[in-house]
Amino acid sequence: MSRLDIERTTLPVLRWVVIVGVSLAALFPFYYMVMLSFVPIEKVLLDPGRLWPDWGDLTLGTYADVLRSAESGGQGFGRFMLNSAVVAISCTLLTLAAVIPAAYAVSRLEFRGRSVLGYAFLAVYLFPAIVIAIPMFVGFSSIGLGASLVGLVVVYIALTVPVAIHMLRTYLVTIPASLDEAAMLDGCSRWTILRRIVVPLAMPTIMSTALYIFMIAWNELLFALLFLVTDRSTWTVSLGLSQLSNGIEVSKTVLMAGSVLLTIPVVLLYGVAERALTDGLTSGAEKG
Amino acid sequence: MTTTKTRPAAGSTTPRQKGSTVRSRDRRSALAMVTPTTVIIAVVIIVPIIWNVVLAFQDTSLRTIVDRGLWGSPTLANVEAVLTSPGFWKTLWTTVVYSVASTGGSIALGLVVALAFRRPFRGRGALRAVMLLPYVAPVVAAAFVWKMLLNPQFGLVNAWGTSFLGWDEPMDFLGRAPYALVTVIVFEVWRYFPFAFMFFTARLLALPGDVEEAATVDGAVPTQSFAHVVLPQLVPTIAVLSLLRLIMTFNKFDDVYLLTGGTAGTEVAAVRVYDELTSGLDISAAAANALVLSVVLGIGLTLYIRFFGRKEYDS
Repeated sequence: MSRLDIERTTLPVLRWVVIVGVSLAALFPFYYMVMLSFVPIEKVLLDPGRLWPDWGDLTLGTYADVLRSAESGGQGFGRFMLNSAVVAISCTLLTLAAVIPAAYAVSRLEFRGRSVLGYAFLAVYLFPAIVIAIPMFVGFSSIGLGASLVGLVVVYIALTVPVAIHMLRTYLVTIPASLDEAAMLDGCSRWTILRRIVVPLAMPTIMSTALYIFMIAWNELLFALLFLVTDRSTWTVSLGLSQLSNGIEVSKTVLMAGSVLLTIPVVLLYGVAERALTDGLTSGAEKG
Repeated sequence: MTTTKTRPAAGSTTPRQKGSTVRSRDRRSALAMVTPTTVIIAVVIIVPIIWNVVLAFQDTSLRTIVDRGLWGSPTLANVEAVLTSPGFWKTLWTTVVYSVASTGGSIALGLVVALAFRRPFRGRGALRAVMLLPYVAPVVAAAFVWKMLLNPQFGLVNAWGTSFLGWDEPMDFLGRAPYALVTVIVFEVWRYFPFAFMFFTARLLALPGDVEEAATVDGAVPTQSFAHVVLPQLVPTIAVLSLLRLIMTFNKFDDVYLLTGGTAGTEVAAVRVYDELTSGLDISAAAANALVLSVVLGIGLTLYIRFFGRKEYDS
């Protein structure tokens, strides 16, 4: 058998081994999460090796328990989800409002310091978040924003702005500048051009940028942990889950229900915006 | 056209002056457009970084910071204490092993998967989306499931290991010294191979097919045409990915914090700083530690860019 024959027979097999193996590895933990979230913990302790539960064991009690407020004996994830939603949505909207004009200016307009600004934003990532965290922790505590969602939103905006600008700018430079020039001959100001021409054209990219910002804000742990840990009523879902899963009081399958609740919004949004993204790309391709 | 600094009088319409009005108007719009972002970055990132440097050279704890304010008497004691404490060097080594191994692992796996997905098959689009799940899912949820799966008492992995693979006793994947670091690295590879996969998929799509075809016609077997045609064209992607992932992993806090809390030989730098900050409330020590880390990272990156940047330039 020649080397070519060997490769022609083994490589396709290896390819399928990789596809199947990696798909299982990517999916299985999430399947396990969902499965455990519907069974009482006693059943898991009894037979930890089970891949699928008995129909009779399935329960929604875990979800009821995890969502019920702490005062009525639950874990208060309803409140946590509300906090996370408020933080992530306001962070996404505010960041977009700041970043869309900035990305446009950096990609189009001549002004002093333009080239420096583009890189300065990204250089921020060279510093560990924990470097920023220490002074923020001290500073926010001293002005009374220490344990508030407002402080957290401010930090998240700063954390997401650099990459958001980068994502948008990469797309904006591909929109021909002649569009802007034509609009300016018609008497449009830069702000009108931004609103009427650039934003609609860049919508798919704005959507995927928004998704990225939302994901970061929804998933973030370190700053939530530093700022909010003392006041349970301000906890985000990520913080709530990480705090409760360290203890032994709360049943693990109840917390699995919490994990599912934490994961679902991100996965749903990802599914929706992924389609918006590819739709935008293909509609551009049709026009040639 | 030359720019003039003087603003033209209203009503004058020579082309030269019209051009400069547009420019100065552009400048004003640009300023208004970038100001909010710049202010946020300055207040939330630049000022804290500078303040961190100041703190690192002071003797401050949460109790004394109120009385002393920002500018206490400068001291080198913190930085000295960081560098001479035995735990620091061990942590630094753990951090380097952790970031290099997870970066390398996730890039290698991402490349292999991107190659396996290169030719179309039924369900490829759906599986591609599934591949990204570990990357988009919240780290707290992902780490919690892993902890459940690996739990010595009621985890699935140990249940299967003891009953099917003949392990004598359950493995404490996250609590014993050599295993814990390996497990944390495997988790990191699992979580970030999709990131590399995305980059490689986009790059492979843009590769021109003709050189590969020519190589095949000339009798190159698949592995040869990969090694000599495809791989060289992926080198820039690999370089960018390594740089990004190294920086991110070196500074990473939550993955290790959630899985092991920094115990069993997995104490990476960010977790150590966090522990210093929250348990001892010794702000200056934490700040000095964080500062030393940024310097180490900066030196590492400079060396990396010097070495690989030039190499790429040569070829």
